Parts: sequence; C-alpha cells; structure tokens
Amino acid sequence: MSETQTQKSVKGNNDTKLVYKTNGLNLWYGENHALKDIQLNVVENEVTAIIGPSGCGKSTYIKTLNRMIELIPGVKVTGEIVYRGRNILDKSYPVEELRTKVGMVFQKPNPFPKSIYENVVYGPRIHGIRDKKILDQIVEKSLRGAAIWDEVKDRLNTNAYGLSGGQQQRLCIARCMAIEPDVILMDEPTSALDPISTLKVEELLQELKKNFSIIIVTHNMQQAARISDKTAFFLNGEVIEFSETDKIFSNPSDKRTEDYITGRFG
Amino acid sequence: MPIREKFEVDLKELQRKLKELGAFTHDSLIRSLKALETKDINLALEVMEEDTKANILEDEINDFAILLIAKQQPVSIDLRRIIGVIKIATDVERIADFSVNIAKSTIRIGKEGKIGPVESIRKMHQLTLEMLELSLAAFIEEDVEKAKKVASLDDQVDELYGQTILHYLENNEGTPESLSETTQLSFVCRYLERAADHCTNIAESAYYLVKGRRYDLNT
Repeated sequence: MSETQTQKSVKGNNDTKLVYKTNGLNLWYGENHALKDIQLNVVENEVTAIIGPSGCGKSTYIKTLNRMIELIPGVKVTGEIVYRGRNILDKSYPVEELRTKVGMVFQKPNPFPKSIYENVVYGPRIHGIRDKKILDQIVEKSLRGAAIWDEVKDRLNTNAYGLSGGQQQRLCIARCMAIEPDVILMDEPTSALDPISTLKVEELLQELKKNFSIIIVTHNMQQAARISDKTAFFLNGEVIEFSETDKIFSNPSDKRTEDYITGRFG
Repeated sequence: MPIREKFEVDLKELQRKLKELGAFTHDSLIRSLKALETKDINLALEVMEEDTKANILEDEINDFAILLIAKQQPVSIDLRRIIGVIKIATDVERIADFSVNIAKSTIRIGKEGKIGPVESIRKMHQLTLEMLELSLAAFIEEDVEKAKKVASLDDQVDELYGQTILHYLENNEGTPESLSETTQLSFVCRYLERAADHCTNIAESAYYLVKGRRYDLNT
C-alpha cells in the first residue's frame, strides 16, 4: 500500500490530513512582490477555493503548488510548500514526480488534437502502460469519473475537438484523473463554459473530492460558495481570510472579505 | 438525475427539519390538551420544559436556510421554498408556544377545577391538529387543494371560537367562584383559535410556493 493510500485509510475520527502546508511563502516577479507571507493548509478530500480580485495572486499561488511557476523567467520564491511531508520548493524534489501526483485543469479546455480515447490514455502510456485491456479500463473509469462516459462511449475514436466546450473540459478532467493523481488543481475551470456545463462540472467536483483533494481558483465567488469546503480570500498578494466556506459567506471575520463578497469593491 | 444534486439533497434536508418541527409541535399540542383534560400538572410542566426543543429546531432551520441562500443563490421556486420554510418555521414555533400557554392555563386551573373543557374546545383542538398536518403537507407536497382545505377548516374554528366564548360567558353568570377557571378556559379557546390562524399562514406560504403569488386565506 502506498503512503497516500495508508494516509487515506486512517482518515476519519476527526484527524484531518494535510495535503499541502504553505509556510511563509513569498514570491517576486522581478521587483513586484506578488505573494506575501502566505500561510495556508489544504486538507485531504476537501475542495479548497481561492477567490479574490484580478491580480491578487491567486493564480500565481496555485501555480506554485505544482511548481509551474518556475517556467516564468525572473521569479524568486522563498518560504516552503510542504506536500505530503516534503518541501517541494527544495530543488532536489523531482518535479516530474510532483506533477504526476498533482494534476491540473486550466481555464480553457485544452484537449490534444487526438481522439477522445487517445486523450485519456496519453498520460498512462507515458508512464509505460501498454496493455490494451488495462488502457480500456482506465478510459472507462476516467470518463465515468468525469461524468462524461455516457455522452461519449459510442464515439471514443472521434476527435476530441468535436465535443462541446463543457464536454471538452470534462474530458480534460478525465485525462487528469487517468494518471490517478492525489491532488487536482483547477484554474478557473468553468469560466469558458455555459451555465449548465458549469453546474455539471461543479457537481462533478463533489464526486471527485471523495478520491482527490481539489484546489480551485475562481473569479466567481458564488461558485466558491456553492462547491467548496474552505475558502481563501486573497488581496494584493496576501491571504486576508481563510476559513470554512460556510463562515466566509455567512459571516466573514474581516471587513475586506465582507466588502469583496458583497460586491462593494473588486 | 438533477444537475445540482447536492443542492437538491440540501433542500430535502431543510424540509425534513421542518417536518421534524411540525411533528414535535403536533405532539406538544396533543399533550397540552391531554394535561388540561386530566388536570395532569406534571404533564403540563413537561410540555413547558420541552418547548426549548421547538426553539432549537427553529434556529437550526433558519441557520440552514441562511447558509443555503448565501451559498447556493437560489432563484424562482427554490427561493420561494427556502423563504417559505423560514416563515413557516416561525409559525410552527409560535403554535408550539400556544401549547405552552395551554399548559400554563392547566397549571393555573390546578387540581380543583370544576368546569373543564367543553366539547367545542375538543373539536377546535382536533381541527387545529388537522390544519397543522394539512398545511405542512400542502407546502411540502406543493398541494394547493390541501391549502384550500385548511382555509375552510379555519372558518369552522372561528365559528366554534365564537360559540365557546359565548357559552362560558353565559354559564359564568352568578357563579363568581368559577370565574378564574372560565377565564383560563376562554384563554385556551383563544390560543387554539390563534394556532389555527398560524396554520392558515402556513397554507398561504404553500400557495405562494406553488403559484408565486400571495393569497389571503385568513378572511
């Protein structure tokens, strides 16, 4: 049994397991201090939402969690992000391993220009799975998990570009699930979708969190209210308030949080 | 399968809590009259003590409804349903308070009461219980016919109220020693009549839920 599975199996009895522990994280883009002393814990099997106005640092933060931020030139990071007990900002941490554990879904659906089937098996194939039977199983399991199986099962070999935007996004979620990650990061996953597709993806998250931990950045604070267990409010690179979503949206502690969620600024 | 399954589940849970409050109040109303009939002071005290449960349930319902509004942005019939539950919870809790009032009257009359409730009070009580059940069912089942039935039963309760009060006034002439008891029994009549009015309010909320328009069933 892997370490992750062991941790999941002992969950319960109120002992919440932390997936990520962020301590004193600071980040600069050149001279611009974009994240300021971030403290934030992510609990296993929860949906953690990050809200805040444009430029508050929420996308920057989520990109540190799988070290995608390193791809941007001139970035300097201090502090630590502990994932399952290890600091991922430590240069010796193998980033490839991290990214198999931490999947990501982006704002715009980005399927590969391949068949639906090939999209899903792309990751597992890279990881060396060749057995057609196993790949077939992964495809069905992932597409079912992303609540899109019934819609595409009869056309698995057609091009993914023929799907609607909402279907493409669920395919991307399936593709992400196919490598059985531990965490799924989502950066505005529904902002390019119509309202019904949005609700489908939101409902899907409630299923996904049984097996994954989810961190979602969203411009849409109502979405954060609907789907998340905890919400972090970012403003000018700082975490202003981080607590239970019930509390944030019914009685936040900080005046700035209240002003933002009630639409008084932002 | 509904798309917003979690929201559907939450709405069902909200209704379940309302049913729980309704069942509690129904029971409380039965026990309060039983205490009056049998001059059972202990039972009356129990009804009074246990009323905190109705207050707790009402708070729980309101807190849950507030969270649903804050987090789910309900619109149309979903919004009317949640607002309806908040209003109805207040009505039902108020009816539970009338059970407490009846229990207090029972204690004031005490063991030495001579007159006791007359048949028309029993009839009012029976009708009020029926109205409570019907009005909550009208809301939960979105059944306008049941709501209309509640309004017609309320007319009967009002009629009985007038008759009963008159009965006590007439029979009290020349017997000042029973004045205190007849006063308490008249109060009980009034409590039942008011409880029935609150059931009519619940029926109005059911109407509003289904039709999206307000109806006055209390006239």
